[in-house]
This record gives sequence, structure tokens and C-alpha cells, in this order.
Amino acid sequence: MTLDSAWVVAWLTAAADAIAEQAPTLNELDREIGDGDHGENMNRGFEAVRAALGDGAGGSTPSEVLRAAAMKLISSIGGAAGPLYGTAFLRASDAVSGRDELGSRDVVELIDAALRGIEERGHAVPGDKTMVDAWSAAATAARAASESGGDAREVLQAAAGGAEQGAASTDALLPHKGRASYLGERAVGHRDPGAVSTAVILRAAAEAAA
Amino acid sequence: MSAAASRGTVGIVVVSHSELIARGVVELMAEMGPDVTAIAAGGTADGRLGTDVERVMAAIQEADDGSGVVVLSDLGSAVLSADTAVELLGGDWARRVVVANGPLVEGAVSAAVSAQIGASLDEVARAAAAMVPATGAVPVVRGYVRTATLVNPDGLHARPAAEFVKLATSLGEKVTVNGKDARSLLSILSLGLTQGATVEIAARDETGKDAVDKLIALVESGFSGT
Repeated sequence: MTLDSAWVVAWLTAAADAIAEQAPTLNELDREIGDGDHGENMNRGFEAVRAALGDGAGGSTPSEVLRAAAMKLISSIGGAAGPLYGTAFLRASDAVSGRDELGSRDVVELIDAALRGIEERGHAVPGDKTMVDAWSAAATAARAASESGGDAREVLQAAAGGAEQGAASTDALLPHKGRASYLGERAVGHRDPGAVSTAVILRAAAEAAA
Repeated sequence: MSAAASRGTVGIVVVSHSELIARGVVELMAEMGPDVTAIAAGGTADGRLGTDVERVMAAIQEADDGSGVVVLSDLGSAVLSADTAVELLGGDWARRVVVANGPLVEGAVSAAVSAQIGASLDEVARAAAAMVPATGAVPVVRGYVRTATLVNPDGLHARPAAEFVKLATSLGEKVTVNGKDARSLLSILSLGLTQGATVEIAARDETGKDAVDKLIALVESGFSGT
């Protein structure tokens, strides 16, 4: 499908479905190195997004829909993930404003902007064992796919694969941010729940475009 | 309304995961800075523990009288919510809001005293971060020194400490109390001076005589006139 506002709605709806399904897993990952509510919080946030898009208030451009989603995520996730994902979608919205359809380079810009927003908001960098590790790997893979001539759908596929690898890479890392950092060495061997939810959301983006 | 309030006072917003903590801190600040607009933004809209960006945005707008707002927060995500709230407010808010990084309770009390005496946005933010005012270099030479005994039950704590800092700041002289900057509430609280303790108030030279004498008079009065 073309990457227009309908794709953003399809993406966010697919993400809401996947987050609902993965919520117990995300809770379990979070119980190991955090406070155990990441799945529940993300599910509440994405159900609020689904409800907002359902009544047609999302908007007529990708940027408008992304912004509407950002506001819902900020106001309903709670915890650190609310401001982080909210900022990601706000910056993504800004990155593609004024466009009705997104090409491969737009997708790269969207993911880059989301990554920068999260890095700035959370003061985290790749290697800190956070969602930045997934977003960063997604952005790198997306850029490589675009530069080698991939179309927007291929760029999204690359981003989703990158995010999944980035999430898996957090297993071996020592946490430097958030509650997991209190655990130090004991968190090594556990996967960061925020990186996993990022991979779920970006996989939904690729599937919605397929 | 005091003179400080009529010419504009920096507002303060307290962001906590707990609504009770935010309200409690605001209650404490009202004691130290009665003319300061301090707004609690704790908990989520549906009454859970957590922080709510929309609530923080509304609190910032409510706290501002044009002089700017200092936001204090407790744990991790409260800081993220405060930063996000400033970004969402947009416009020139980023220049008029400072998200201060300091201990919540001590920082809030210190900020309230600073705002109460009409300090600027930067000064209140520094107080919130539990740092001494930029002008507060501590004199090392003690040219004019007097001592007094704390007669009031609280000693140099709580409201008396706040009154002491207010007076010391208003005098505009570099004065120390037992070697600490007389304008730094946290420094003074850290001295742990209780009833019966002796305070030594010092200025670099005779030009600080008036300031030292006034602070000694306040201590000797048992803070009864405030």
C-alpha cells in the first residue's frame, strides 16, 4: 500500500493489536529488570490511540495522524515510556509534515527523527540497554536499505529487522539508564522491555505496508 | 500582597509520581514562601501513581505570572514528563521554564524562599538545584564577627531558618553564619543548629557591620518579630 495517512492508521492499529498480544511478555521482561508494568502501560497507551483513530479524529496526513497518536501516548501510557514514545511520534510527525505520501527517504527521516527525540528526552545513547538500542539499529538498517535503492516498504522491513536485532543485542548489555540501572550486573542476560516494544511497533509498521 | 508578589514572582511546579507528595511539598513551600504561586502536579489523571504531562502543562501555565516557572520533579519519568510538557507548550515557554535538577523537598523549600524574596528565574532555579546563589561567594576573611545564642525552640531550622535567609539575602552583604553562606538555606539547615546553640555571624569587614548586627538582632529576638 502507499504510505499515506491510511497506512499510519493501519500501522498504529496493527501495533495496538501486537502490543495487546505481547503485553504479558513485556510485563514479564519488565518484572525481571524494572517494575513489571511495561506491557500494561503500553497496552493502555495503544488502546487509547486505537480509540482516537477509530472516531476519525486522526487527521488527513501522516504527520497529523502521528501527532494525534503522540498526544494519546503521552497522556495515557504513564511511566517513562509515555514521554519517550510520545516524543518519538511527535518528532516523527514533524519530520514528515506537509507530505501526503511517504517515500523511502521520508521513512528514513521519520525513524531518524524518532530516534533523536528519544535520545534527547531520555539522555540515553546506543549501548545503554534501552529502547535507543532498537531505534538506533532500526535507523541504521533503514538508511542502508534506502541508500541501496530499496523502496519504502523495503526500508520498513529493514527497520523492523534492525529493531529486532537491536532489541536482542540488549541481552548482553549493562544498563545505564532507568530503573534497570539500579540492578547493574544483575540485569545482564535480560532483554530490555522498551527495546522489545520498539521492535513490536516497527514490525507492525512493516506489516501494515506489505 | 507583598512587594515581591506585586512586581512578579517566579512560580514553582512540583511534579511527583504521588499526588500526596506533590501536595505535601507545596504545603511546605507555602510556609516558606507565602506569596509564591506553587502548584502541585502529582499522580495521573485517573488517580494512579505516575506523572501526567497534561497536568504538568496546566500547572506550568497556572504558576506563571510572566516571571517564569521552575519545575521540580522526583524520579526518572517525572523529569521526562516535565521536559515533554515544556516541549509541548512550545512558543517561548522553553525560555521561561527551567526544569531544575535537585532534591525535591530541600530544593522546593530553597526555591520557595528564593522566589519569595523576588529572585530571578535563574536564581530560583539555582536555589532549587540546592546551589548557593551566583552572588554568594563565601568570604574567607572575617573582619567583623559577633555571636549570639539561639533562644527560640526551633533553633535555626524550618521557618526561622527561612526568615534568616530572607533577611540575609535582602541585606546584600556577604555574611557567613558559622562559616556557611548566610543566604543558602540548605547550608544553614546542614549546620543543625538547635536551641541553645551559639551562632557566629561574620562579615569581611566593617562595611558588613549593619548586616551582621541585624542578623544578630533577629537571632536574639528568638524570631518573634517575624
